[in-house]
Amino acid sequence: MDNVEVTHQEHHAAEKGSFDTRAIWRTFWILLVITCIELIIGMFIAPNFSHEKKIWFNILYIIFTGAKAFYIIAEFMHLRHEIKNMIMTIAVPAMLFLWFIGAFLWDGHSFRELRNSMAPHDSKRVEEKATHPPQGPHKVDPKKVN
Amino acid sequence: MAHVVPANQKWWAGGRSPFNVEYGKLMMWYFLMSDAFTFGAFLISYGTIRFSSNAWPNPNHVFSSFPFLGHANLPLVFVSLMTFILIMSSVTMVLAVASGHNNNRMGVVKWMAWTILGGIAFLSCQAWEWTHLYHQGAWWGSNPFTNYDGTMASTNFTNFFFTITGFHGFHVFSGVIINIIMLIMAWNGTFDRKGHYLMIEKAGLYWHFVDLVWVFVFTCFYLF
Repeated sequence: MDNVEVTHQEHHAAEKGSFDTRAIWRTFWILLVITCIELIIGMFIAPNFSHEKKIWFNILYIIFTGAKAFYIIAEFMHLRHEIKNMIMTIAVPAMLFLWFIGAFLWDGHSFRELRNSMAPHDSKRVEEKATHPPQGPHKVDPKKVN
Repeated sequence: MAHVVPANQKWWAGGRSPFNVEYGKLMMWYFLMSDAFTFGAFLISYGTIRFSSNAWPNPNHVFSSFPFLGHANLPLVFVSLMTFILIMSSVTMVLAVASGHNNNRMGVVKWMAWTILGGIAFLSCQAWEWTHLYHQGAWWGSNPFTNYDGTMASTNFTNFFFTITGFHGFHVFSGVIINIIMLIMAWNGTFDRKGHYLMIEKAGLYWHFVDLVWVFVFTCFYLF
């Protein structure tokens, strides 16, 4: 165990001398490309599909978001280059989020089903109240809008 | 930090950081963990409410404006600009940290200045977006947009949007203040006298965290 940590430490110390700016730019390009793919899907591809298919796009967005989060934490915040015990004190508590997200979204879904079955309400279409000022926003009196 | 460690080093025997990290930097990590749970609680309560609703406004419809283009229909273009600005300022922050590693004072000053500029640009974009939405009639307790299927939307959408982007914007704002202080300290040679630029690293961790949170806010509000 000690030997493993020491090798890591020496690697770390060697790296410190010359901070790798190429790795920074590589991470930047990865983040930029992922964001562009997300936007292309969000703007041009997803609107062509029915709302029932939205869940699949959302899963895709979650994967992309997770990838971006990994690169920011590992490279920009340099966590990947810290020693293993330290990484674990961050990574293990973060696992709580898995339960947190799963449990609460399930809860929300269950609430929706309960409300729809026990107190259904008539959802009718309404006119949108949002104003779309022709001259840009600053020329519209907010009092008139509300 | 950069000690040479003998092969039989006992990490927990005392006398050195067992995590091989300076105390303040470690505590910054744990502060960011707690902050992550605060943001997580916000975003997950947003998700819970959204899952409990039968319908929700369509982000492609709500966020489709761009400054000075009147009512041009450009869904998500403005927010992608904001995302790009924030990612870019994260890059300049790492470059500042890298310059700090090499004790390059002018490098730190230069890259910190760019990072601050990026932060201010992001805040300006957010100020424009909020103003625009406000003039459309959206605010806490007031939602002029309908759901994607044309039914009446509750005010949950605007309440969560303004609360969470506001909380994030406040983090960006405090990050810019911290970065300005770091810039002044670097300019005055405070870190040169200390012999290290660890303060820049701690400010950097905070700044990347702000970028990290934006990645999640972006997905939750603009893509889902």
